[in-house]
Parts: sequence; structure tokens; C-alpha cells
Amino acid sequence: MPVGTAVVLPDSEQIQNPGFPPYRPRVSDLDPKKARSNERRIALLFAASMVGSVFAIVAYIVFPINANDPGSIRLNNLFLGLGIALSLLGIGIAAVHWSKALMEGHDLSEERHMTRGSEATRASAAEVFHLGNKESGFTRRKLVRNTLIASLALWPLPGIIIFRDLGPADQDANDVLRHTMWKAGTRLTKDPNGVPIKASDVTLGSVFHVIPEGLDDREDALEQKAKAAVLLMRLKPEDLHVSKGRENWNYHGIVAYSKICTHVGCPVALYEQQTHHLLCPCHQSQFDITHEAEVIFGPAKRPLPQLPITVDSEGYLVARSDFHEPVGPSFWERDHT
Amino acid sequence: MRVTNWAANYIDERTGMSGLVKELGRKIFPDHWSYMLGEVALYSFIVILLSGTFLTFFFQASMAETVYHGSYAPLEGIKMSSALSSTLHISFDVRGGLLLRQIHHWAALLFVASIGLHMLRIFFTGAFRKPREINWIVGFTLFVLAMAEGFTGYSLPDDLLSGNGLRIIYGMVEGVPVVGTWIDFLLFGGEFPGDAIVGRLYTLHILLLPAAVVAAIGIHLVLLVVNKHTQFAGPGRTEKNVVGVPIMPVFAAKAGGFFFIVFGVIAVVAATVTINPIWDYGPYDPSPISAGTQPDWYIGFADGALRLVPPGWEFMIGPYTVSLNILIPIIVLVMFLVVVGAYPFFEAWITGDQREHHMTDRPRNAPVRTAIGAAGVTFYAALWAAASSDILATHFKMSVEWVTHIIQFALIVGPFIAYFLAKRICLGLQKKDREIALHGFESGRIVRLPGGEYIEVHRQLSEYERWRLLTYDDYQPLMLRPNERGRITNAARLRARMSRWFFEDRIAPVTKGELEASHQHGGH
Ligand code: HEM
Ligand code: FES
Repeated sequence: MPVGTAVVLPDSEQIQNPGFPPYRPRVSDLDPKKARSNERRIALLFAASMVGSVFAIVAYIVFPINANDPGSIRLNNLFLGLGIALSLLGIGIAAVHWSKALMEGHDLSEERHMTRGSEATRASAAEVFHLGNKESGFTRRKLVRNTLIASLALWPLPGIIIFRDLGPADQDANDVLRHTMWKAGTRLTKDPNGVPIKASDVTLGSVFHVIPEGLDDREDALEQKAKAAVLLMRLKPEDLHVSKGRENWNYHGIVAYSKICTHVGCPVALYEQQTHHLLCPCHQSQFDITHEAEVIFGPAKRPLPQLPITVDSEGYLVARSDFHEPVGPSFWERDHT
Repeated sequence: MRVTNWAANYIDERTGMSGLVKELGRKIFPDHWSYMLGEVALYSFIVILLSGTFLTFFFQASMAETVYHGSYAPLEGIKMSSALSSTLHISFDVRGGLLLRQIHHWAALLFVASIGLHMLRIFFTGAFRKPREINWIVGFTLFVLAMAEGFTGYSLPDDLLSGNGLRIIYGMVEGVPVVGTWIDFLLFGGEFPGDAIVGRLYTLHILLLPAAVVAAIGIHLVLLVVNKHTQFAGPGRTEKNVVGVPIMPVFAAKAGGFFFIVFGVIAVVAATVTINPIWDYGPYDPSPISAGTQPDWYIGFADGALRLVPPGWEFMIGPYTVSLNILIPIIVLVMFLVVVGAYPFFEAWITGDQREHHMTDRPRNAPVRTAIGAAGVTFYAALWAAASSDILATHFKMSVEWVTHIIQFALIVGPFIAYFLAKRICLGLQKKDREIALHGFESGRIVRLPGGEYIEVHRQLSEYERWRLLTYDDYQPLMLRPNERGRITNAARLRARMSRWFFEDRIAPVTKGELEASHQHGGH
């Protein structure tokens, strides 16, 4: 076998392998008393295992689970578990101890052979392929061979195609992802109880977790919530840097931003009042509410989309419209309308 | 005895089993603590199979909404999926249910951990070399499958944490150019969360992936028997033998006993330490989340990779969004795994050595390989630490920004430092081994020579002790030579450069001549 760049010294320069060192007997090889005490110890461990098994069965019965009693669950778990553990560890430690202390302790040696087959075997194997080829005409009848290969290549395709209906047939992802439940006049309500929020409830420095009114009645409430969840907070109007076209998106310093992180979609749930920063607990992206939720740290790139809001005739906060862009993580076609 | 004889005869006459017993019954297994890591992986997988099967009898993999009624009062009357409600039922209404859930989960954590450590053992001892490259690939596949099993299992209870994990997956897939949303809709059956994903992951978790794992373990073990186990150098051991204990009875007793010990330890931990208290998290809801939540440990490196991306890594091509903040981490992770999987072939290409290798290297005797491994471990560790950046920040009272920057720095620079240190340490240890082999070690005993000078007595090693230090594979850098057609190809150039990188700083093993010379000098 080629040795590559290995340095192989000639035999004369190689140091001789000294061969196996003499066997050093264990105490139990020399002293039958020690051997017998080992034997007893091993038997004792097996006995401990039996005790463990019985104990586990007893524990199963005498530590039942009682409704509304967390302590009973803990006891059931603990004692059943410890019983089973004892039954396992007893067997395990006994067997290992047996193997180490009492079983014949000499190292044995077995010969290795090259992994590859012998030349004769390889020749016969080659002959098998040769005969197979000759008798079938695999390489000679090119037309048959090529059509075989082509048909085998096509054969799995239907098996792949039938998975198409894992996904919905009639939905355009871009369309679904860019629309939420918010539309002009939808009231902002508290998450999770659905109580509408008056502008006057939103005091300076407070933060509300918001869902659209009527969310709970939807059959797809979770899917809708995953897009429509909003954070609402009030800042001093002079602290807000409002860009052109968004002047009427806040209501006297009350702003609403999507709660779904523009990184990979965790809820951006942590609001730091002093700095007006929103923090996403998943990968630590931070958004500055005074600057329309632009990213100031972390892997997210885009600001959280802002929900334009105002109040209705009764003073409740309502959306002016849906978000003006898809909420949540970026995707390829999100700007392709 | 009569019964056993009768049974053995009965079976042999119908299966010819005696041949197999004769062939395998006294196969030799070398002994070393690090060889048990693979066993731990195998045994914890058996524990997973047993406990998982129990769980399937109670678990309902459905996202259909139900209202919880059960022994856990704080969630009474709460709307949730059947998946979570049945997991609560397992935990609080089935005797031993919580125990088996915790056994399953702890065994899963141990399974992935032991596979990882086992891989490191194979890597650092060079046990992946010919003829075991295929088994490296099989083992590597198992590592990936194990992570997939873990993630799908973690997602099944449909609690707040697992739902968030799935949300992150959905978001990451969304970020894949062109086909992202399309793949998401296929996987989840539409928008997130939908009502399909738990059922689909369940099929993967208890059918497809376990079947793949069992198949891979089967191949892994068959190849282990075919290739036989590696062994460390030692007196009497050569490339042509394998020295250790026979399967029957010593290895069987040891390994069988060890299975019970692994299972027993998992049971003790499951009996006493809570894992994944889904009742504290509650049902999945896209809106709430708490700080400091963590995925299972083996997903940490992927989560960390997402966290380390600096702000602003996203751009547009015309109307299309390219999310590098997601793509780059995915590519880095895949590349990392590819490098791990391909390493044996890379090293074989550099050495050009086509001999079979059955002696495991001591890590110090392959300094550059060991250094590359250390760099890889450091890289992984940095990603992994990043997954806890918020926890580290609170713990060390630093800002998250600083922790992130430090880990970003560690991710890039750390591997180089680790590489350099590991290589230096290896070379130092090799030099020391050489010293000791030639001159023995300092006994601490000072004697006065007749001439008045003081010397420290060196104790010589026994022949057997010395042998362990003397034998290892030695390579020299490749000399660049023109090929048959008188040309030097670029591939050859590259290989020569790599070979120089690997073997430039080499400490050759002691030769016979050196040993004899040193003995003539009285050994000091
Ligand atoms: C390497 C293989 C496997 C790994 C790493 C793994 C891991 C996990 C994990 C982490 C969980 C979450 C447990 C929790 O609630 O805390 C889980 C759940 C589950 N696993 Fe596995 N598992 C594996 C194989 C299996 C197999 C083979 C089966 C069935 C034969 C199974 C059945 C289940 C069931 C029914 C659940 C849901 C019940 C529950 O969450 O309590 N698992 N698995
Ligand atoms: S999901 Fe918010 S930072 Fe990653």
C-alpha cells in the first residue's frame, strides 16, 4: 500500500516491540478469601436490584397521584424513579464488578486481516460482474440500458409531486402574509381579554399588549394573532421622530407597532421605558420607538411595521388601516406587490 | 444445562447460528475509558426507544383545540391543543408518566451529548482514518439525525417554548431566497402556526427518523465488527492485532452492566431533576414570551449563530429581499457540518497514506489535526455561548451589546488562538515524551559524584512504558515534484502547501540509533 508522505524506517532502525508485559494477578486471583468476598458483594448488588424492582412496584401503588395535589406527583415521580434506578444500578454495578474482579483478567489478542478481500476473492467478484454484464448485455445493448436509466430517473417524480398538497393549493404566500386582521376602524383591544382600549387609558410610559377586536371569534385565531399582535405605548409627542406621510399614524404620542420581530418572528415583548427601546428576547434585536422602531442593535434589519391609529367617536383607539407592509420576518417577495 | 443444550441445538439446526457464535463470540474489544462514549450513546438511544414507546400510548399529536381539565389546577379551563393537554395528562394523571417523560428528555440530552463526545474522541485519536472513513460518515449522519430527533421531539408538546422554536424555524425558512415562503407553506400547511405541524413532526419523530437512526446504528455496528476496534499503542500491540477482552464473557458483562448503569443514572436524574416543565410555560400563543428562554443545548449553536449577525445584513435586488442575516448563519452552520463530515478525506488527501490504521493516535502526536480540532471546538463553543448572550449579560452585569461583541470577536479570533495554543502544547508534550523516552525522568533524588558535582538521578522507563511513547505515525512535508508529464499541477501545489502546513513542525519519533546512543551515555 502506498504510504504517502509517511516516514517508514527500515526494519533495522525500528525499535522492537517488547511484546506483552507479564500479567499482574489481581488480589482475587491469589486470595480465594478475597474472591469469595467479591462474590458476596456482587450477589448483594443483585439483591439490591431486586429490592429496587419491588420497591418501584410498591411505590407505584402507595404513592398515587391525587387530583390538584402537586406534592403527590413529586412523590410518585421520586420514589418510582428511585426504585427503578436502584433496580437498574444494582444489576449494572454488579455485572461490571463481576467482570472486573472475578472474570478471567488476561488480555487476549486477535489477529487483524486487511479489510479488502483477497486477490482471489476480488477476482471472483469481478467475474460475477463480468458474467452479469455478459449474460444481460448491459453494456452491449445501449438502447435498453439507457432507457432503463432514464425510466428509473423518472420513476420517483410522481412520488415527489404527490407531496404538493402538503401546502394549501389556493393561497399565495405573499398575499396571505401581507394582510392582517387590522382594517380601518378595528378597535385595539387588550391581549388576552379583548377589552377595548381608550386613548385616555394609555398614560405616559405605559405599554399595552394589543390584539384586534374580534380575534377570539376567528377560527384561525392563532394564525391571525401571529400577524396582528401589536404593542402600544405612549411617549411625549416631542420625543417621536415622525417621518413624512406618517404624521397622523400616532395619536397624541400613542404609537402602535407590530409585536412580531422582523428578524425571525419572535414576539418583541420587552419594553424599556426610560430608553423607549423594544427588545426581542430571542436574538436580542433592539428597536428604538422614538425613531419609528428602527433597529439599533441585533440581527434584525427592518424597523417594526407601524400600525396607523386614531380614535373613534367613543374615544376608543382604532386602526386607521392595515399595516402598510407585511409584518414579521423578511421574505424574498415581500416588496413585490 | 439440559434445557440450554436442547434450545441451542434447536436453534442451530434451524438457523446455523453456531457459525455466528464461533465467529463473534470471542471477538476482542480493547479497553479504554474513551471507547465507552459510543456505548453511552447506544444505551441512551435504547432508553429513548423504550421511554418514547411508552409516551406514544398516551400522547396525542394533534393541534385541535381543547379545554384543559386535569390534575394541574393552574391551567384548568385553559384553551390549548390536544398535544399539550395530553402531555399534561401524561405528566399529572398517569402514574410514572412524568418520570418517563423526564427519562425520555434526559436520555435525549445525554444521547446527543455522548454522540458529540464520541465524535471528538474519534477525531482527536485519528480513528477516522482508513479503513474507517465510511463509518465516520455514518456516525456523522447519526449526529445530524440525533439533533433532528431532538428538535422534532422538543416541538411536540406544543407549549409556549416549543411553539417559539417553531416560529423561529418558520421565520428562518421564510428568509431563504425565492422558495422560502413556499417551503414554509408546504411544511406547515400554510400560515404559522397552522394545525398540521405537530402531527407531521410526530410522524418524523416516531417513525421516519427513528427508522433512519436504527438503520444507521446497524450499519455503524456492522462496520465496527468488520473493521474491528482501534486500540492505543502499547506493548504487544501492533497494527496487525487487536488486544483486549473477549465479548464472551468479559465484554458482555461489562457492556451489559454498563447499559444498566447508564439507564440507572438517567432514572436517578429523571426522578430528581425537572426537565422541560411545560406546565409552567403554558400553551403556545404568538404573543407572550419571557426573557432568558433557552432551546435544548444541542440547538444552542444554531440559535447563537443567528444572534451573532451584526445589524443591517439584508439588502434588496430590485423588488426582492435577500436576508443575509438568516442566510449567512445557515450557510456557516452547513459549512461547519460539511467540514466536520469531510475532514477524514481531506487529511487522507494530504498524507496520501493508503495504509490501514488501527492504532489510535495520542492527540499530541498529530499536532496540526489536534489544533484544527481545538479550533473547531472553540468555534462551536462561541456559537453555543452566544445562545446564552442575555443570560451571560445579566450574570456578568454587562450589556448584551458588549457580550455579543465579545463573542463575535471570540468566534473569529478564538479558533486561531486555540489552534496556536493546542499546536504548541502538542509539540511541547511530544518533546517531553522524547526526552523521557531517551533519558528517563527526573527522580528528584540528588547524588554527589566522586568528583564533587551534584547530579539528579534519572529513572529510566521500563521497556514497556517506553514503547508507548515511541510508536506513532510520522509524516514529512510533501516534496513538490513534476508528474509523469513533467508538469506541476495546481492541485499538487495546493497539496504540497497543505502538507507543509500539517507536517512542517514535526517531532520525529525516537529511532533505534538514538535510543542506543543515549543508553551508552548512561541515560542523562
Ligand atoms: C434519538 C431519538 C429521540 C430523541 C432525541 C427524542 C427527543 C424527544 C424530546 C426532547 C421530546 C420532548 C419531551 C418533553 O416533553 O420534554 C420528545 C417527545 C416525545 N418523543 Fe421522543 N425522542 C427520540 C425518539 C423517540 C422515539 C423513538 C419515540 C417513540 C417510539 C419517541 C416518542 C416521543 C413522544 C410520544 C413524545 C411526546 C410526548 C412528550 O412530549 O412528553 N421519541 N422526544
Ligand atoms: S426574532 Fe427577534 S431578534 Fe431574532
